[in-house]
Order: sequence, then structure tokens, then C-alpha cells
Amino acid sequence: MTFLTPDESQALLLSLKVSSVAVAVALPFAAATALILSRSFRGRTLLDGIVHLPLVLPPVAMGFILLTIFGTRGGVGAFLKDQFGIVLVFRWTGAVLASIIFTFPFQVRAIRLALEARDRGLDEAARTLGAGVLDRLINITLPLALPGLVAGAITAFAASLGEFGAIITFVSNIPGETRTLPLAIYTALQTPGGEAEAARLSALSIVIAFLFLIAAQAIMRRATRRQDG
Amino acid sequence: MSAEVAIRHRQGAFLLDVAFTVGKGVTALFGPSGAGKTSIVHVLAGLTRPDHGRVVLEGHTVLDTDKGIFVPPERRRAGLVFQDARLFPHMNVETNLLFGWRRMGKRAGASEIARLIKLLGLEPLLKRAPKHLSGGEKSRVALGRALLASPDILLLDEPLASLDQARRAEILPWLERLRDIAGMPIFYVSHSLDEVARLADQVVLLDAGKLAGSGSVFEVLAGKGAEKPVGAVMEAIVGENRDGLTSLLFDGGRLWVPDAAETGKRVRVKIGADEILIAREAPSAISANNILPVVISDVTMEGVRAEIGMRCGNARLVARITAVSVKRLDLSPGCSAFAVIKSVTVEGSK
Repeated sequence: MTFLTPDESQALLLSLKVSSVAVAVALPFAAATALILSRSFRGRTLLDGIVHLPLVLPPVAMGFILLTIFGTRGGVGAFLKDQFGIVLVFRWTGAVLASIIFTFPFQVRAIRLALEARDRGLDEAARTLGAGVLDRLINITLPLALPGLVAGAITAFAASLGEFGAIITFVSNIPGETRTLPLAIYTALQTPGGEAEAARLSALSIVIAFLFLIAAQAIMRRATRRQDG
Repeated sequence: MSAEVAIRHRQGAFLLDVAFTVGKGVTALFGPSGAGKTSIVHVLAGLTRPDHGRVVLEGHTVLDTDKGIFVPPERRRAGLVFQDARLFPHMNVETNLLFGWRRMGKRAGASEIARLIKLLGLEPLLKRAPKHLSGGEKSRVALGRALLASPDILLLDEPLASLDQARRAEILPWLERLRDIAGMPIFYVSHSLDEVARLADQVVLLDAGKLAGSGSVFEVLAGKGAEKPVGAVMEAIVGENRDGLTSLLFDGGRLWVPDAAETGKRVRVKIGADEILIAREAPSAISANNILPVVISDVTMEGVRAEIGMRCGNARLVARITAVSVKRLDLSPGCSAFAVIKSVTVEGSK
């Protein structure tokens, strides 16, 4: 990447890494949550609210809460460090955790829409043909919800690339470890004469986000066409 | 080969409360929309667990709410063909066809599968996606998919309802062939008298969740239907051909029809209740080719109209005439008369 400085490409690659890992780790949980939410049960509204909470939560406040919980002196953070040697604070894995929390609603929402739009009659048909619960989930429900899974993953990925507040509060702004694209833009702006770099990185972020959104829409469109009739 | 069914199930304001036993062959569940036909099929398939009920299929109790027996649909071996086919959109025709076969013990061998695919005319469609099929093709695939799962009982829930007249005409012969070769009992849900008259051996009549009658198609269907009531449904064997007319021998006599059919073939004959006139004395100079001696069995007055039930040998006929005519001819159960038949519809070979 000749048009980027080594620091800039480092930020870009780190952003891609954090976002990919966040999406991959969250996907199965998001699918499970969406499956649960697509049924009706007592407490559904509450669970729905909890899942969507990050959408309205101030990222910096969330980052602070994460720092309190997962900091090495925080309860869970100390436990993880002593028992498993896992440290999240000031590490890229912490950025992953923050990204997961903020992009989880995007994934759940997309998968849930796909699940709710599905034809439950197909599930009945599969039952009369001898397919049990797991069989139907693997061979009918999930394949038919695949466009939702893909669209959710892509949207979450794009949203994750922009996460700033929670990351800088929770894992700070460490070059090569937690300085993702938005943090690099912020840092460039803090540096005298860094406007050109900030502009380049901003343009890059916008292009990437835009490409992913287009991809998500194209996949959704194709999938709806395929399943018509 | 039989099925014993008793269901009592409340669904909102609708109460389904029926009990009947049927023998082998095709049993039509017949009645207007909302009569509970589909609900019964869903109970038979296990998709609905009724409040109270007992279902014994082929000697296996698959449902008995008193004893807490409930065999779930995936282990019930009840093949269900839905009104809207419900093919899996992400699988091609072949994968759809083999979906149940793979999960139900792969009972059908390669040659049997090939034969069924041929019987249903599906060879050219195997690699196609369901969305590239016509309505009739989808119905045939759905039928094949259910059959390849080797069900103990086949449930057809208005398989023709979503099809236009031409497509129905395309599928009906498949269903007739199926009826004649299938070893398992078939339940056929329909609100079309024509389909029932053509396919069914027995009829379970339903109205607003209640049983409105049941029995042999030849007995039950006569007199049914509001707009164009059925006069008679009979099974006949095509006999000799004379002067351009073909004789049809039924259990009680002989009819002459202009439609030539293969001699020895079994056919279904349908006569409309408005196509039958009644005479007390044998009419001599008359254009009708079919005049059957009958004995009046029942007279039902309905305002200005009357339905006259008659026996011709073992066949039952119902004529719809005016109340005035009943009085004038002095028709009452037990008296002999002649049924003058204006037209006969021959349909479906058996």
C-alpha cells in the first residue's frame, strides 16, 4: 500500500483484524439470540431491549464500564488474569470485545429479520418428511436465513470499523495494538500538520464502509430473488 | 387398512368435534371453507396436537390424549402434500424429492425411485430450482417428495386448489393413477364436488367443525351441492358399442353414452340432480337414451323444490324436481317410477 505510510497501513490492518474477529466471534451468538427472539416467550421484550441497548448507550460510558469490569483491578478482569492469564485492557482483544458489544445489535437485527420473514410452512413440511429439530435448523432454517447472516455480518463489520469511544476509553490508543482507523484519524488531527493524513484515512474509512454496505445490499437482493417462488 | 379418528379441539371460536372410521382407498374430507378439513389433516400429520383426540392409523395409535400418546410428525410416517406445495427453495427438484426418503429409512430402491419419477413425469425437471417450475409441476414434485418418504398414510390437502383449470386437468390423472397403485390409505381434502366424485372411495362430510355425514362416495355424494347438486356418482364398466352409443354397466343397470371409451375399462359416471326427470309410467316417445326403472327411497321437501332419493339396483340417485311435481305424481317412498336421464358425464378411468 504505497499511498499509505507504514503507520497508516498498520492502523488499517489492525482495524480489519479487530472487526473480522469481532464479527466472527459474535456471529454464532447473534444467530442464537436471533433464533430465541424470533419465538414468542415471556421476557422477550426485555431480552430485545438488552440486545439493542448498545445502540443508545454512550460509547465512552460503555468503555468506562468495560474498564471497570475488565481492568486488571476490576473483579472479572482480575479473575481472568489470575485464572487464565487473559488480559483484555489495553490489548487489541479488548478492542474486539468493545466492537462485539456495539455491533451485536446489527447482527441480531439482520438475522432476526431473515428468520421472521421465513416461511414456517417449510419447517412443517420438513417435519412431516422426518426432519428433527437440529436437522431442520441446519438444513432448512439457517440456509434460508443465510442472506440475513451475511448481511448482518457485513453491516456489523462496517459499523465495527467506525467504533471509537469505547475503544479509546477501554483499551486506550496504542499504536499497533489498539490504534484502529478512527483512533489514527483522531491522533493525526492532534498532530501539527496531520490534516492530510487525517483526510486520507477518513476517505479510506468512508470508501471501505460504503463498499461493504453495497455488498450487503447486493447479497440481500440476490437472496430474495433466489427464494421468490 | 383403516383409520380411526376422533378429535375434539378448540381453536379460538372454532370447535372441531368429529369422530369417524374409514377403510382403505381414498377418503375425501369434503366441506366448505372453514369446515375443519385442514385442521383434521394437521391432526393426522401431527402438526396440531388437539385438546382431546385419538388417532389410530393402520393399527398404530399415533395419538391418544387420554393415555398421553403423541407421535411427533417427524416419526409419524404421514406424508402430507400441502396446498401450496412447500418445496424447499434452496434445493433443486431432485434434492427436494429425496429429502424425506433420506430421513425415513430410504425404503424405496433405485428402481422404485426411477419409476415414480417417470410416473410423475419429473425426469426433465430434476436439476431445476423450484422457482422455475409451474404450479402443476410443483404439485407433482410435492406429491413425489411425500411418496418417496414411504408414508403409511398419504394426506393431500387440496393439492389442486392453487391451480387453474388446465393445470388441474393435468394433475388429476396422476392422482387417479396414484389412487390405483398406492397401497396406503389416502386422505384427500377438497371443496370441489367434481374432484371428490372423480377420486374418492369414501367421503367424510364436514360442516363448521362437525361431521355432516360419511360413507361410500356413491351413497353420500348424491344430493350434495347447492348450485348444481349431484344426482348420482357410479362406477361402471364400459361395455358394447351399438349405433354409435357405448354402454356403461353399473351395479343396477346400464347407461348409454355417446362418448366412446375402451371396452372393459372402469369409469366413473356422474349425473347432475337437475339432469334427472321422474316419470310414473315408462315414457315411450322420448329423446332421452337412458330411462332407468327405480324405486323411490326418500322424499325431502325444501320449499318449492324437492329432492327425490331413488334406488336403481344398488345405485343411489337423487333427482331435484319441484314440490308441485311431487304432488302431481304422488311420489312417496316405496313407489316405483322411471328416472329419465338427460345427460351423463363420464370421467376418470379406474
